[in-house]
Order: sequence, then structure tokens, then C-alpha cells
Amino acid sequence: MNIVVCVKQVPEPTGTNRIDPKSLRIMREGVDSVLDPADEFSIEAALQIQEANPGTNVIVVSMGPERALEAIRRGLAMGASKGVLISDPNLAGSDALATAKVLAGAIKRENPDLVITATESSDAYTGMVPGGIAHHLGLPLLSYAKKLTVSGGKASIERQTETGFQRVEAQLPAVVTVTGSINTPRYPALKGIMQAKKKPVDQLTAADLGFSPEQVGEKGAKEKVLGWAPAEQRKAGRVIKDDGTAAAQVADFLAQLKVI
Amino acid sequence: MTKVWVYAELTGGQVARVSLELLTKARQLTGDVTAIALGTGASAQAATLGQYGAKRVLVHEDAAYEQFLSEPAADTIATLIEQEKPDLLLIGTTYNGRDIASRLNARLDCGVITDGAQLSLEGGQLKAQVPWYSATTIVDVTLSGGITRLVLVRPKSFTAEVAADAAAPQVEQIQVQISQQARRAIVVENVVQASEGPKLEEASVVISGGRGLKQAENFKLLHDLAATLGGAVGASRAVVDAGWVPYSYQVGQTGKTVKPSVYIAAGISGAIQHTVGMKGAKYIIAINTDPDAPIFKFADLGVVGDVLKVVPALNEEIKRRKA
Ligand SMILES: Cc1cc2nc3c(=O)[nH]c(=O)nc-3n(C[C@H](O)[C@H](O)[C@H](O)COP(=O)(O)OP(=O)(O)OC[C@H]3O[C@@H](n4cnc5c(N)ncnc54)[C@H](O)[C@@H]3O)c2cc1C
Ligand SMILES: Nc1ncnc2c1ncn2[C@@H]1O[C@H](COP(=O)(O)O)[C@@H](O)[C@H]1O
Repeated sequence: MNIVVCVKQVPEPTGTNRIDPKSLRIMREGVDSVLDPADEFSIEAALQIQEANPGTNVIVVSMGPERALEAIRRGLAMGASKGVLISDPNLAGSDALATAKVLAGAIKRENPDLVITATESSDAYTGMVPGGIAHHLGLPLLSYAKKLTVSGGKASIERQTETGFQRVEAQLPAVVTVTGSINTPRYPALKGIMQAKKKPVDQLTAADLGFSPEQVGEKGAKEKVLGWAPAEQRKAGRVIKDDGTAAAQVADFLAQLKVI
Repeated sequence: MTKVWVYAELTGGQVARVSLELLTKARQLTGDVTAIALGTGASAQAATLGQYGAKRVLVHEDAAYEQFLSEPAADTIATLIEQEKPDLLLIGTTYNGRDIASRLNARLDCGVITDGAQLSLEGGQLKAQVPWYSATTIVDVTLSGGITRLVLVRPKSFTAEVAADAAAPQVEQIQVQISQQARRAIVVENVVQASEGPKLEEASVVISGGRGLKQAENFKLLHDLAATLGGAVGASRAVVDAGWVPYSYQVGQTGKTVKPSVYIAAGISGAIQHTVGMKGAKYIIAINTDPDAPIFKFADLGVVGDVLKVVPALNEEIKRRKA
């Protein structure tokens, strides 16, 4: 079985993201970049299926700048078998539409039985790429999985909903998006980190996948940024230290607001 | 006139609140508003959709929309868009809404604005404000190309209001067949985890707990207080990921957006991915042992104290006052 996991390198999500006033893109210089923590759940999910099904290949695919190789290496260190990096200056500024097309092109070459992605990336959080990939590959989409099992040529998930969950299944091949409650990702062991350096990583350009510069990147993007401003901030109010009267003071405040 | 369409999502046969919010916004943008309602009970919702601003309601009653994820709805909507070429399609940012939008985007090659707010149409040009980087930056965006512009809107971005001049909408049955190909992601079972009291998204008082509660069992303190106040209980992602409470409790960037009158953050640090989901509350009260916790930077009333003491004491105090 071949499982493709889509991973992305993102600016450290707990840091403060800034916008580059010139390019109106996310500022990537002078910011730590990491494998998107959301993708660690996808990799872990794939590795668990691999462990239960010997002979399974886990291939991590990423589209991004050269240094996204670090994110791929981290996936390899966790235990994935192979990496694919699609890197090309023409791809800079791609929107979700182009990203999905390009990723689908690269994924197809791997003959996947299963494609796993996060429900949304931590920096762009559009959540539009996985459905796009499913469309371009002509596959069903099992989304928001908090549980995933693969057996008998079928993927079954528990899908989060607003009020609980749904059990959903589809024949393979399929695209599955996973949430943060699906598992606890492993840390790469030292041995894994050493082995990762020797694992194969294919490098592809947009042209390798048959895309012209006009179809992707900044030029192909449908969404245009017109301007930006910092969001309004709320102001700090009164802070009290609990000396045993805090409960009464909060109750007073609630009474003043007519909540009680 | 600019044609604006709204996807009227049905949950359990009822129109989702967010769809009514979108209809309210749509009728402020244009006089030509169409709603699309798909699934069992769709026709019965037409009157409601009309009240909120739909002049025309396109319905297709077929259980396939509930039995299979995203593809039947995406196929039907794509077919309609190709036929009628509306200028704009608004979809609520829900699990199903997002899935459908992502497929439409790829299929129609149209581009999409996610988390759009402050929508305007000036001279046919669509503008939206989108919160980037966990809503620390507000970006003005527009879409070019494509037949129809697709915009996803988070619940609570607009207020749902019945139109004063509402008339019964024109109801049309959609003539489509749902293909075999679209019946692939099979919904085998729907499990509703019922909770008591008001729904998190609709409650006027929300009490959310975080890692400061120390263990799952202590959420009972919040449930007790919520029962006294007639509120709902929410949570930070840290405790959802830890399995203390179901995901449906989660408030924030990857959870729900709430706008209650009062939000009580109990043992929550105030990470931006959490606050983006609650900073629309009218008043924020925070209880945290750490005087430097970020949550105190925007709480209207901050208590430096132990949730395990303050919350039960507050519950007793309110009960005493009510008695
Ligand atoms: C892409 C992305 C998306 C995310 N989406 C969300 C989201 O939707 N929602 C969300 O909530 N988070 C989200 N997060 C996670 C977020 O960054 C924080 O990690 C999370 O909100 C922290 O939860 P917490 O405040 O409960 O835990 P902590 O940050 O650990 O804070 C616990 C707090 O409890 C206080 N405390 C400890 N003991 C006590 C006590 N006895 N009494 C009172 N206070 C006490 C501590 O001082 C501390 O401030 C996301 C993160 C990323 C990267
Ligand atoms: N550039 C990329 N390279 C690889 N995977 C990606 C990329 N962009 C998005 N994805 C995948 O799609 C998911 C959703 O991303 P998004 O639609 O941007 O929120 C991510 O969590 C990844 O799994």
C-alpha cells in the first residue's frame, strides 16, 4: 500500500506572524520555520497504518521553498519512507487552487491508495487544499477524521461534526483529512534522524508536472490583496488578586451586567 | 443586477443559523438573492429562507445529500452555477460548507475567499476583509477571474435578521440526477452527543476551561456554574486534545467562534488561536494563577487566583444571591 502525506513548512505557529509590507505575503525571513504541527498528526496516522500493514510505503509530499526539505526530513525522521519536494520560484505566491493542482500532480505519480492531509494548515488555514486534491485526483474525501482505520480495501473514519460525530467510509483510494485529536505524534528518535539523511527525496519543478508559470504562483492566483491593517485590540480592564473576596467581586460584576 | 446566491445548509432538516446570517447580508448587497437548499425537508424551509431575504429558493429533496459527504451537493451546485453564472456564492464555514466549497473551487477553477467578513460589492468588484495570522492582521482582498466568486463566511460574522419587506419566495425544483460516482463517501451513522443547556454558539454566557483546571473531572465545576448561570461550557484546544472534553467544546481558530455577552475564561492562558474565537464577546472575565497570563491583556475583569477555588466559590455566591 502507498500512503501519501501532504506536509507543509510554516512559520513557528506560536510566534507572531508578520506581513511583509512590500509583497503582502507572510514574512518568512527571520522567523523560525517548522513542520506544521498539524501535519505531525497525519504522519503519525500514516505510520500507524504502515505498522499494521507491512510493506506499506509512506511518502511525504510538500510544495514550498528549498528549505521545506527540513519539514520533509522531519517526516522521514519520524519514520516515513520517502520524500517529494516540489520547489520552483514560479510557485511562490500560489493560492489554494494552484497548490491543490500541483500537489495532485505530484501525488498521482506515487500511485496512492490513501492520501492524508491535515484539515487546515496552521499559517493559511483555508482548509481548501485537501478537497481540491481529492477533486483533481478524482477521489472521495473523508474529512475531519478523529479516528481512522484502514482494512479490507476501505477507509473508515469518525468525522467530527458540530454536534458529535459521524461514521463515514469509502473504498480506497481516498483522501482523508485528520484533526489534532486523532493521535499523539511520536518524536523522531536519534536513529530516525540519522536514517532520514539517507532516505530518498525526489525534487520536482512546476514544469516537471506540466504546469506553465501562468497557471500557478503569484500570476495564477485568483485572490488579490488590496491592503491590510493591524486588527483592533481589546483593552485590559481591572485585574484583582484573589484574597478570598474574588468570587463576590465577580458576582458584583455579573450583577452589574444584569447576568444575575 | 448582481446575482448573489447563498448555500442554505440543512442540519437535521433545519436551516443552519449561519445560512440565515448570510441571507441577511446577501440582501444588503443586492435585490437578487437566491438560496439553494438540498436534502430531506428542503422545501419546508423555503418560507424561512424567504423571510431572511431569499427571493428565489432552489430545492432538491434527496436523501443522498445526507447519506454521502460533499460530492452530491458539490455536483448539484456546480451544475447550477454553470447554468446560471451567479456573481457570488456565499457558504458558511462549517464542516460540510468547507468541504463543498473546496470541491467547487477546484472544479470551477474560480478561487475562493475563506473567512470573509465586511463584504462589499462596488461596481461589481467584490471586496472582503479577511483576518490573517490568527486575526492579528486584517487584509482586504478581492477575487478575479472565474465565473462565480466563492466566499466562505464564519458563523457570527453577520447578524441574522428577518427582512421587513419579506415576501413568499419563488420555489423551484432543481432538475438533476445524483450520479453513482458522487456516492462514495458513505455516512454510515450519525452520532449526536447531546449536551444539556443552551448551545455553545448561542449561549449568552460561556464558561470555558483550559489546562489550568488540572484534570478532566474538574470540568464539573464549570458545568455546575453554567447550570446556575444558564450558560454553556467551552474549552481550549489543549484540553480537547488531551481528551478531557469532546471537540464540540473547542473555542478558537480551529474550533467555534462564540460571541456571548459574558465569556469566562477559567485556567486559559489566552493564546491568539484561542482568543480569535472569543474576542467578540461583550465582556470577558478571566481567572488565572499567573498574573502575566496574556488573557489579562484584554479581560474586562481579571482574577489572579486558583480556578479550583474561585469557580466553586462564585457558584455558591451566585446561588446565595439568587435564593
Ligand atoms: C494552528 C493552531 C490552531 C490552534 N487552534 C486553537 C483553537 O481553536 N482553540 C484553542 O483554544 N487553542 C488553539 N490552539 C492552541 C493554542 O495555541 C494554545 O496552545 C491553547 O489555547 C492553550 O490552551 P490552555 O490555555 O488551556 O493551556 P495553557 O496555555 O497551558 O494555559 C493554561 C493556563 O492555566 C493557568 N493555570 C494553571 N493552574 C491554574 C489554576 N489552578 N487556576 C487558574 N489558572 C491556572 C496557567 O497559568 C496558564 O495560563 C491552536 C494552535 C495552533 C498552532
Ligand atoms: N504547500 C503545501 N505542501 C504540501 N501540503 C500542503 C500545502 N498546502 C496545503 N497542504 C496540505 O493541505 C492541508 C490544508 O491546507 P490549507 O488548505 O492551506 O489550509 C495542509 O495541512 C497540508 O496537509
